[in-house]
Amino acid sequence: MDAFLIQTLNGIVNGMILALVASGLTLIFGIMDVVNFAHGELFMLGAYAGVVWLAITGNFWAALLAAAVTIGGLSAVLQVVALRPLLGRDPLYTILGTFGISLVLQNYALWQFGPVPRKLTEPMTGHFRLFYLEYPYYRLAMALLSAAIIGALWAFLKYGKYGIWIRATTQDRVMAAAMGIPVPVVHTVVFAIGAAMAAASGVLFGPLVGVNHVMGADWTLKAFVVVVVGGMGNLGGSILASIFISLLEAYASLVVSPAQAVIVAFVALILTLLLRPTGLFVPTPK
Amino acid sequence: MLALDDVHTYYGKSHILHGVSIEVRPGEVVGLLGRNGVGKSTTLKTIMGLVRPAQGRVVFENHDVGGMPPYRVARIGIGYVPEDRRIFRLLTVLENLRTGLDRHGLTDARREQLLEKVYTNFPVLRERRNQAGGTLSGGEQQMLAIARAMMLEPKVILLDEPTEGLMPRMVGQIHQIIKVLHAEGVAILLVEQNVPLTLDVSDRVYIMEKGVVRHHAPAAELRANHAVIHQYLGI
Repeated sequence: MDAFLIQTLNGIVNGMILALVASGLTLIFGIMDVVNFAHGELFMLGAYAGVVWLAITGNFWAALLAAAVTIGGLSAVLQVVALRPLLGRDPLYTILGTFGISLVLQNYALWQFGPVPRKLTEPMTGHFRLFYLEYPYYRLAMALLSAAIIGALWAFLKYGKYGIWIRATTQDRVMAAAMGIPVPVVHTVVFAIGAAMAAASGVLFGPLVGVNHVMGADWTLKAFVVVVVGGMGNLGGSILASIFISLLEAYASLVVSPAQAVIVAFVALILTLLLRPTGLFVPTPK
Repeated sequence: MLALDDVHTYYGKSHILHGVSIEVRPGEVVGLLGRNGVGKSTTLKTIMGLVRPAQGRVVFENHDVGGMPPYRVARIGIGYVPEDRRIFRLLTVLENLRTGLDRHGLTDARREQLLEKVYTNFPVLRERRNQAGGTLSGGEQQMLAIARAMMLEPKVILLDEPTEGLMPRMVGQIHQIIKVLHAEGVAILLVEQNVPLTLDVSDRVYIMEKGVVRHHAPAAELRANHAVIHQYLGI
């Protein structure tokens, strides 16, 4: 029973960080109609940027913010140079484009930072007693901050002028342009926001593992599963799906080894595609 | 004010417009009639920058519009109400209107004024302002599409079959709205299948056939002489 409760907490904490990665991916998917296969690499690059900024500023939270801004800015350039020209072509071009970007970024990181994992020091080291375990406060802070960032994104989309522009462009790119909304700029900004969120996740998650150049690959895959299970391009669905998948994995690792527990995410993906291809957490389409 | 001069447009390899020349003067309502598939909607899309003309010029005031991105065309004063209305279905009615209101150089007072104006013309939109656009009826969506275009304070509105599929009472309302816009001095380029309505509201009418303008006359002349309409439209 204790183990079950601990895994519930673990599932929710991991779910929140996954939700942060996936909501950026969903946002970008909604506007490009194509999954960004470089998303995990933006996560990874964010973690490295965190390492660099932490060395410069000495403050974890400042490094988090700076890394998000750095990767957001870099991604804006990337979008303009590599993805904007592909808009309106067959989605395959964009898929290959983002996949190519992911390879470039991965190898750039290997070249720049080397194969030895870097350590990202957590800003707080306190623990509290949870049954038979010492549970680090940092994990709770990480989950809360992820939730706060997602909440801020939601409020921005819901109430802001630019939020309306983004939602209108997501729904109907052509009509949005006919209403005077600068659609190409909206695309770039959305890509940058999604990337900044991935970078923030990378920095937040960095202290739990070593930062290395292949850490992003898993996250692209996982976030992709979440985006499909949650219903393509549906923000609320992606968040619920993140927590759902993470809880499934957490519970599964009570029975099998954590490495095998990853399988349940893919089982959930396959079942969703077979039984409810529009996604689990969206209203039934009429 | 708005002039197309020998415009040729292609969709891929199919040649849709074969040299269309049309003019809309300030404050004028111009009807564009023709059977299905003769290029009326494509003409509007070409003006809006949604399709790039392969040849010919589209000039609006002093701007060469041909090939300009659509969002800039919208910003220099051309409103577009597409055939299928294209309401942002998941946005509320008010948010749909705000897509055209949140522009630079518009004071809050002016925004309120513009909203108030459409709410007066379309009271049903005020009632439903917090409802998702997709939940409106066809006629209400058409009103919203027109109201949304009005938010841009356009000098000319391109209206693509605004009465298509609407019940007679709604057609009457749309008819009224066109007259209100006309009275306010907004120019309108109206594509319609509804010939009596078009002849009634328009100052001049162009008749298209197979991608070219075949006939051009003041609406009053066509009202008096039905033979031309019969010849081109078969009614």
